[in-house]
Parts: sequence; C-alpha cells; structure tokens
Amino acid sequence: MSLDPRVNRLKLGDPNAVIKVEEGENWNVYEVFHQEKRGAHHEHVGCVHAPDPQMALIFAKEQFARRKKCVNLWVVKSADILAFDVEDEDMFANNLEKTYRDASGFKVMEKINKFKQSSKGTTDVK
Amino acid sequence: MYGGGYIFEEPNNRQVREEKIHDEPEKLAAFEDRIARGEKIEPGDWMPAEYRRQLIRLIEQHAHSEIIGALPEGTWITRAPGFKRKLALIAKVQDEIGHGQLLYNAAETLGKTREAMINDLLSGKSKYSNVFNYPAKTWADVTVIGFLIDAAAIVNQVANSKGSYGPYCRALERICYEESFHLKQGHDAFIELATGTPAQREMLQDALNRWWKPIMHFFGPPDKTSQHSEKLMQWKVKMASNDDMRNQFLDMYVPKIWELGLTLPDPLLRKNAETGRWEYSDPDWDEFFRVINGGGPCNEERLQVRKWAEEHGRWVRKALMKPTEKHTLPVA
Ligand SMILES: [Fe+2]
Ligand SMILES: [Fe+2]
Repeated sequence: MSLDPRVNRLKLGDPNAVIKVEEGENWNVYEVFHQEKRGAHHEHVGCVHAPDPQMALIFAKEQFARRKKCVNLWVVKSADILAFDVEDEDMFANNLEKTYRDASGFKVMEKINKFKQSSKGTTDVK
Repeated sequence: MYGGGYIFEEPNNRQVREEKIHDEPEKLAAFEDRIARGEKIEPGDWMPAEYRRQLIRLIEQHAHSEIIGALPEGTWITRAPGFKRKLALIAKVQDEIGHGQLLYNAAETLGKTREAMINDLLSGKSKYSNVFNYPAKTWADVTVIGFLIDAAAIVNQVANSKGSYGPYCRALERICYEESFHLKQGHDAFIELATGTPAQREMLQDALNRWWKPIMHFFGPPDKTSQHSEKLMQWKVKMASNDDMRNQFLDMYVPKIWELGLTLPDPLLRKNAETGRWEYSDPDWDEFFRVINGGGPCNEERLQVRKWAEEHGRWVRKALMKPTEKHTLPVA
C-alpha cells in the first residue's frame, strides 16, 4: 500500500517488468528564444523536446514563460541552427589596430585647434 | 558513444567525439588551462572522455532527482491544508519537473539521449537522490522537504552553478532562481507548524526526527571515504567536498531549527567553536548504501510509478512521433 491514494488507484505493473522508451519517442529538440518586452531582442533561453513547432511553442510557454515577464517566444529546430565550429574561434581574434573602425580613431578637435592657432586660421577668421 | 544511434546530420555539424584522456596531452593541457582561467566549456569543445562521462553521470542523476523528488511532494497536492498552500505546492512541483527537463537537456548536449537516460533510470542503472526513497507521511513531512531538502539542494546547486560546463551552469542559474521560492514557501509552512498548536508542533518534530538521517546523508559519504574527487575538483565538475557542503548546510539551517525550540535527534550535534566545524554522530552510512541500492522504503514504488507513467503515456508520444526524422542534440 502506498501513502498516496492516487498511486493505490493505479494498477501498477510487475516491479521487475522491463519498460523501455524507444529512441525518438521523446521527439526532437527545439531551441527557444524569449522576448521579455516589446522592442527587445528575442534571447536564447534553452530548448524543449517536441514533435512539431506548434507543440514546441506550447511546451516553451510552459517551461520558460510561467513566471517572469514574456511577450513572445520563438522556437526553431536545433538542427536548423547553423553555427561556426568552435574550433574556428580564432577567426574572431581582434586585430590590435582596428581604430579605423571606431569613432575613437578619428580626432577632429586636434586638427581644428591646430588650424585655429595657425596664422592661416587667425587671419581668415575675422 | 554514450547512448543512442543518432548523429548530427544537419547544418550544425558537430560530432560527438570520442576522446581519450591520455591520447592528446596538448589538448588536455589547453582544456585544463581554460578551466583554471574560469572559462566555460561548451558542447562542441574538445573535452576528455572522463570529463564527459562524469558530467553526464552528474547532470543525469540531478535530472532524475528532480523528477522523482516531485513524487513524495505531489502526494500531498490533493490534501494540502488550504488553497494558498495547494497553489504554492502545485507551482513548486511543476518547477521541479521543469528542472528535470532543463537538466535532461543539459546532459543531452553531452551526447546521451533523453530516452537513454530515462531507460537507465527505469532499469535502476542510474541513481537519483537518496532522500526521495523515504515516504512523506504527513503534511509536516512536506514542510520539512520544502524547507530543508530544498535548502540542502540549493547549497549543492549554487556550488555547481560555478562549475565549468556552460549548459549545466545556465540551467542551474534558472533553477536557483526558482529554488529561492521553494525554500521560502517551505520555511513559511514549516514556521506555521512550529508556531502553531501543540499537535502541529508534535507533528513537525516527528517529521524532523524521521528526516534528519536522510538529510545528513544528502551530501554523500564523508570525504575520507570518497575516492578520486581531486581530478573532478580540478575540472570544476565537483565544486565542493561532501563534508564542506554538509558543514555549510548545518551552519545555515541548524540555528533556524533550534530558534523555533525544535530539537534534532543527534545528541552529539554541535558546532565546535575552535574549528568552526560541525560535529555529529555517524549517520549510519550502511543504511545510506543499502537504500541507494534499492533497499529503501519507497525505491520500488518510485520506479513503478515512473514506469506506469512511461507505459501509459506511450501511445500519445508514439502518435506524435516522426520516425523518419533525424534526432539532434540541443545546441547549447
Ligand atoms: Fe529543483
Ligand atoms: Fe526545489
């Protein structure tokens, strides 16, 4: 007898029975993206197992949106994510001299001040 | 291979690699350097086979514990005292099932399918936390579980969340956030009984007496008897020793029990002011091993209920199954 009346109502099988879940019975994996508020990016928060995208959305709502704020969710099959191989990470290594891509790489005030101090600057500005 | 016969076929062409710890000393050195620097290891990264094996074991058992742990508490949903307690208990039990899902997914990134993990649970090959092999006899047991077992789990989970494996850390971050609610609602229900009628206090004291031994077992055997955890500590798979976690738990929670005028069934339990460490009687490690190997009061029922659920849900899962679809693993 179990302490749980619900368990006692079940017809539990033979304790030595071998129950096996088949490969694929837990369906496939979908990555979940969560949007916290309108206008924000959807952010990756994890994944769910589901038989199709519609069910994945329902499970994602249950799993990732039952407490904190959420206005929208995306799901996408994990297999459809294309990513760089982690071993190629070095391709993102930054060239040390990249100021030409950066606002800080352009110093206009220096040139303006130099111009203003030069004779050309003082004679022109009257 | 660690489980099923699946492979990545589609764009994210990550292979689950077979690594041998001694085969690639250079890769191993680079791997250990990364961990020492505090970097996270991600699913596609090279990792020693032993690291992968130990992580699967750890995360899988953690997942099983969440799922099985929902059973003793779930028992009391229909009989919770009052609507607010019932709502909180439903929410907590749902969270625990959600934790199980998050953790199965994290383990799955390492190459073992969820089906394989469930099969190992049902066959008894894979273990879950020993505390859940004990029954929740009264409502007071539910408050002891919600307060003290969740508190112990938090000590463990907060430590693990600083580990080296990215997907596990991210799952734990979400889990720890929800655990703070579990602990608070458990503490609240515990205090309500502790400050209630003499019958309520008696019921709570009885539950505490029965749960104290399993709680002392929770963090596992003493450090002096557990083997080869050094490498696991270096790899940040194991983040704190069993005795250290137990000590931290006692430090935080024994005073919270004693302040309510309740007692614990161990005459030797005390904090040594000189060492700063807690001292206690030997909590009967033979019983711990006996229960974990199937000899506890509820082992059989827990697994039978899981088997029943798998069997009776099968037709739904199968009806929705797409047998031609290639199975993939989570990306992160
Ligand atoms: Fe949990
Ligand atoms: Fe919990």
